[in-house]
Amino acid sequence: KTGLPVWMLGSGPDRLRADVNRLLAFLFHQGILDEQFLQLQQLQDESSPNFVSQVVNIYFQESEKLLRNLRSLLMERKLSDYKNIGIHINQLMGSSSSIGAKRVRNVCVAFRAASDQNNRTGCLRVLEVLEHDYCFLKNKLHELFQIEQQRILAGGVGYPMQN
Amino acid sequence: MTMEEKLGGSNGEDGGRDRFPIGMRVLAVDDDPICLKVLENLLRKCQYHVTTTNQAITALKMLRENRNRYDLVISDVNMPDMDGFKLLELVGLEMDLPVIMLSAHSDTKLVMKGITHGACDYLLKPVRIEELKNIWQHVVRKKKPDSKDQINASNQDKSRGGTGETGPTSSSSDQKVSKKRKDQSEDEDEEGDDNGHEDPSTQKKPRVVWSVELHRKFVSAVNQLGLEKAVPKKILDLMNVDGLTRENVASHLQKYRLYLKRLSSVATQQANMVAALGSKDPSYLRMGSLDGFGDFRTLTGPGRISSASLSSYQPGGLFGRLNSSSALSLRGISSGVIQTGHSQTLNNPINGFGKIQPAVVPANQNQNGTLFQGIPTSINQLSQNKPTNHFGEFNRGNDPNAFGVATNFQDARVTVGGSSNTLPVSSGNPLLLQSNTQQTQHSGAFGNQPSSLGVTSLNQEPFDMNVRGSSNFLDHGRCSENWQSAVQLSSFPSNALSASETFSHEQLPSNNLQESISWTSSHLSSSPLDLSSSMANPANLEDSRGNISQVGLNNNVIQNIDCTTKQQWGDSRHDYNGNMNNSFSRGDSLVPASGPMMDQSNVISDKMNDVSLFSQFSGDSTYVVPHLDGEKSAFGTKSRSNDDFLFETKPQNGFNQNSFEPLENIMMSMIKSDQNNETPLMDGEFGFDAYSLGSCI
Repeated sequence: KTGLPVWMLGSGPDRLRADVNRLLAFLFHQGILDEQFLQLQQLQDESSPNFVSQVVNIYFQESEKLLRNLRSLLMERKLSDYKNIGIHINQLMGSSSSIGAKRVRNVCVAFRAASDQNNRTGCLRVLEVLEHDYCFLKNKLHELFQIEQQRILAGGVGYPMQN
Repeated sequence: MTMEEKLGGSNGEDGGRDRFPIGMRVLAVDDDPICLKVLENLLRKCQYHVTTTNQAITALKMLRENRNRYDLVISDVNMPDMDGFKLLELVGLEMDLPVIMLSAHSDTKLVMKGITHGACDYLLKPVRIEELKNIWQHVVRKKKPDSKDQINASNQDKSRGGTGETGPTSSSSDQKVSKKRKDQSEDEDEEGDDNGHEDPSTQKKPRVVWSVELHRKFVSAVNQLGLEKAVPKKILDLMNVDGLTRENVASHLQKYRLYLKRLSSVATQQANMVAALGSKDPSYLRMGSLDGFGDFRTLTGPGRISSASLSSYQPGGLFGRLNSSSALSLRGISSGVIQTGHSQTLNNPINGFGKIQPAVVPANQNQNGTLFQGIPTSINQLSQNKPTNHFGEFNRGNDPNAFGVATNFQDARVTVGGSSNTLPVSSGNPLLLQSNTQQTQHSGAFGNQPSSLGVTSLNQEPFDMNVRGSSNFLDHGRCSENWQSAVQLSSFPSNALSASETFSHEQLPSNNLQESISWTSSHLSSSPLDLSSSMANPANLEDSRGNISQVGLNNNVIQNIDCTTKQQWGDSRHDYNGNMNNSFSRGDSLVPASGPMMDQSNVISDKMNDVSLFSQFSGDSTYVVPHLDGEKSAFGTKSRSNDDFLFETKPQNGFNQNSFEPLENIMMSMIKSDQNNETPLMDGEFGFDAYSLGSCI
């Protein structure tokens, strides 16, 4: 890879597919995604050709809402609503695990532990990590979708990405 | 499987038997749209027929409208509008459908709660398709032990002759009727909750319907034996009912016990409900103390009849009056009942067993509905009457027709007010039993009512009615509680959104780690300065360090490593880098690390360890060391040291090959340390650069 945008190189669908696979492999290896993401891909077929991106986009929307809320909750001068925080964390954890966002989900576990102990400091710290991890995931998934889209445009077949 | 047999092939699909579980109808409930969508698709992939809703209340409504439309319910545990466990209970009691719980975490207590509330299974998110492929077993399993034919048959006949709608106890027949109708529109093999039975040796075996009378016998048997000593075999013997098996009794006993347990835990809820509904009578709380005869009846399987049956009793103006006057928007009769007596009615029904005033029952004595009509009326009128126990009188000499019976019903129930009509159910039962026997001959008078139709049955109905009302009431109250909290929840987001931070704009968009690393480094280099300035007196450092060292250096060391690791890993992500740097430079305030930081300072002071540890993780050990030196004092000082520490460990290289500790461990250790040293949060400092997700988008 030369580092030039793929489209400039005129890559065919095969190379793009390789790129997609490489990126996926990286994400799996780093523990960012897990096999649940593969399940999502398998659910994508002719009847729901954009299933993965649809679900992931909803996930982005919901997660950002949750993260914003969490930060606001934690920034309150007198923080006492840990229950609410717990509810948010729980939802984020559920949705993250449903799309295979393993790392984000794991951070949520730590977050929940801090919140169960009413530990604001710890919560804030974990929230930092969470926000970072989430952003990273989002960027990577955007990248994935972009390459995938290019692949389709370049003539690749738009089915589950991994094959 | 004999599903189609049961249905008499009315579902129109002969091959259905083989096709099950294909086409099994699932209702999925989850407030999280992502999980719901994924679950829906997974279920579709299993070839089930899926209906989804993101609100528990909607789900209940759909189920109540027609329980035959679904074979199985899958529900999330944490939902804003209603607790998943509550939904689970209601579905189990009212519709007796198998319910599978879903949750993001597998806390043992939660799983236990699910089991005690009657869940068939408890799945963890993310749900895998392999697990979903097997959930049909719960549908099959649920039907098996409840099948029963003789008892149901008789009940069904009687009930059919009755109101034509659903008799109070003939849920099964009603279900069957409606089910058959609906089945025709179903294109799959339906197991029909009422008719489920897997035993191929018997033809259609309707499941046991615990009619009012049956339940009455059951409860009296249990009372005779004593709840603790009540075992199915003995209960069965005491009840002396043909065709009832030990398994039927066992499962009913289990439900009964769950019900009682639930009642006792519901006492406070009732209080809230009462308050919420404006009722002032704490006697409502007494509901929980009832043997639960009526309540139980309501709440168990046949409970579904309650709404239907109640609504079916739209007799004449009497009833209608009740309903109309009802301020509460509970379903059918229950609302009316409650209305008159307020919540107290609910409480009293059981107590006031058999005390209904004579004024009521006019003509319609031959039908259950009639009786009901009478009762509500009496309830209406009786609002302020003192509870008197006419039961005895009634039993002895009264005309055993419905009218007579009704008269004895105490409307004190309705009065509610508090009159503690205290006709304890248990004492009532024996009486009922007696009257029951007396009245048996009059069953004819009551036409549709299965049970002995004597006083007992009559008593039961109003009883049930009230009870159901109360149970509905309960639900309602609970719902309202939930809604209140839901409201709170929903109000939060608006605040949150308005307060959203702006994301750091320094995020590096590219994936070029080189750039990010260098940028990071530059930031890092400046960090010591920041840190220094924020450092407190070294004196503190000494002390703190000393303290810390006692805290368990080893742990701290590990923690530090974790932190380092974490940080490095984080840094490898360009965006993370940017943000981290920003936040750190701005504010050591970010995370006034207390414990961990201190710990780290200890580690740092032990340079050898630190260096070696750090060098493992950072590509540039030299980078780290100098910082360590410089930072030593910084660490000791405030909790800020945490940030400093993190900064120092910044030197990263692209993707670290480190095996990152599970973040949970990292966090846990950090948290624990923190707890040792809670430092006041510097609110003001936080105001800055929290990353707002906005820029991440």
